[in-house]
Amino acid sequence: MIFILAAREIRSAFLSPVAWVMIGVIQIILGFTTAFNLQNYIEVIQPQQHLLTIPYGVTDMVVIPQYGLLAVMMIFAMPLITMRVFSDERRNKTLTLLVSAPISMTEIVLGKYVGLLFIIVAMLLVYAIMPLSLLFISKLDFGLLASSMLGIFLFMATCAAIGLFISSLTENPIIAAILTFFSLLLLWIFSIAKGDSPDDFSLADLSLFQHLEAFQRGIFSSNDFIYYILFSLAFLILAIRRLDNDRLQH
Amino acid sequence: MTQDTLIQVQHLSRHYGPNVAVNNIQFELKRGEVVGFLGPNGAGKSTSMQMLTGNLAPTTGSIHICGIDLLDKPRQAKTNIGYLPEQPPIYKELTVDEYLKFCARIHGVEKNRLTTAIDSSKQRCGLTEVGQRLIGNLSKGYQQRVGIAQAIIHSPAIIVLDEPTVGLDPIQIREIRSLIRELGQEHGVILSTHILPEVQMTCDRVQIIRSGELVFQDTMEALEHQFTGSCLVIGLGKEVSEDKIRALANVDSVERITSKRWRLVFDEGCEQVQDIAEKIITNGWGLTELTPEQKTLEQIFVDITTSEEVQPNSHDANDHSTEAIS
Repeated sequence: MIFILAAREIRSAFLSPVAWVMIGVIQIILGFTTAFNLQNYIEVIQPQQHLLTIPYGVTDMVVIPQYGLLAVMMIFAMPLITMRVFSDERRNKTLTLLVSAPISMTEIVLGKYVGLLFIIVAMLLVYAIMPLSLLFISKLDFGLLASSMLGIFLFMATCAAIGLFISSLTENPIIAAILTFFSLLLLWIFSIAKGDSPDDFSLADLSLFQHLEAFQRGIFSSNDFIYYILFSLAFLILAIRRLDNDRLQH
Repeated sequence: MTQDTLIQVQHLSRHYGPNVAVNNIQFELKRGEVVGFLGPNGAGKSTSMQMLTGNLAPTTGSIHICGIDLLDKPRQAKTNIGYLPEQPPIYKELTVDEYLKFCARIHGVEKNRLTTAIDSSKQRCGLTEVGQRLIGNLSKGYQQRVGIAQAIIHSPAIIVLDEPTVGLDPIQIREIRSLIRELGQEHGVILSTHILPEVQMTCDRVQIIRSGELVFQDTMEALEHQFTGSCLVIGLGKEVSEDKIRALANVDSVERITSKRWRLVFDEGCEQVQDIAEKIITNGWGLTELTPEQKTLEQIFVDITTSEEVQPNSHDANDHSTEAIS
């Protein structure tokens, strides 16, 4: 049942030009930066490699920054993908169709979320083509690549959960997009507020970006992994409660 | 409770804060029955429909769908309901076929029956020609049909239609009405509407709801029988005094329309028409008109929904419902 809902979600997402244009534009931007980083690597960093005890590889200097940039762009892009998920259903009164069908609210929310995850995976596959094309001229650190791809996937999945919840709050996709954008922006800005020592709790610990760092250094830390999972789960549960609330007595 | 009782609603209420949208209504729906839900705007029709279909949780009361408690086991209960809300829940970016396939699947139609189900519901709603077209490009009437097709695609025992003929042209309205009648043969249908002739044409039973309360509930037949020929309009060639008119027959009251036209109101159905006509002719009053007037559903509707006090009929309705429940 979840996959039937997910399939429709994906279909609707790709029937509108928003997803296509977004994926394309991001690809172009990533193309430029990759070309720039590559040129920089060949002309500036490579000649100095013999000076370093641990030399940087092309994966460190060209591929990883690309994912960092992708994460930042997701602050703008993810709201555009998630905005219509529930607000469109509310606006067109199609949520009634799902609620009247023999499906639970949890299944509805999970169906939508799985649909979003598929869209994210599709995007990441497209964006993986460029790093992989470096294989023609160089070797890549696949461990590092896998770790940062997992990191960016978890990051985007969490953004999607936040966007999905916010979309369930309103009938207007634009309002959903704006609110999601500011929420993600806030969670990005939090990463500035680091504590004095790494053991202290600080606002930065809440930042979505803070937890991406370890993945981008090739470290799989269960700490960060659990952070993303919990964050996503929390917003999915909130979305389920929000939608159930429409039905229940206030 | 018999096998054929599809819906059993008991003491159903819904409050919105201090407002009571639906107050303690109870009724039953049997297989092969089309029930019309009538009421002015804001009477609680849509709220009742939403509760019946699990879109809204009732404040108090219980709803049994084919013997299954809707609140305890919503999943099982909902498989037996097809629902067309006020605004058809359609995805405009999909084609009719894609949309119906999606609806069939979320309603648990098995994969090997998918094509048959889609084809038969398309055929019933006259959508065979437009299967490949985008729903968003269809006219309002066709979109409404897609909404109905969606409600019957899993051949549910109960079909709930909230104002199904809104926005349709007269020919489509006739088609949809005959479709509703046809559906009423094997399913139980609940229909909400403002359009009174529609109820007269399609429904077996009518329920009138006012300010959240069920104020009238009877079969269409009983209703028609009750109000047939209760008035008689006569037109005469010359002016006659009221006393002479009164003496014509055993009338309840006499009402002067113009100087030469009178309305005679009878307690019961008037079987004295021939008698009256003969008397008028023998008196030489010059009979020009003799029209039996029927109290239409519209009059009953207006009477019931605008009266301050509860009508005597509503006592009947309550008796009926308690009988039905016990």
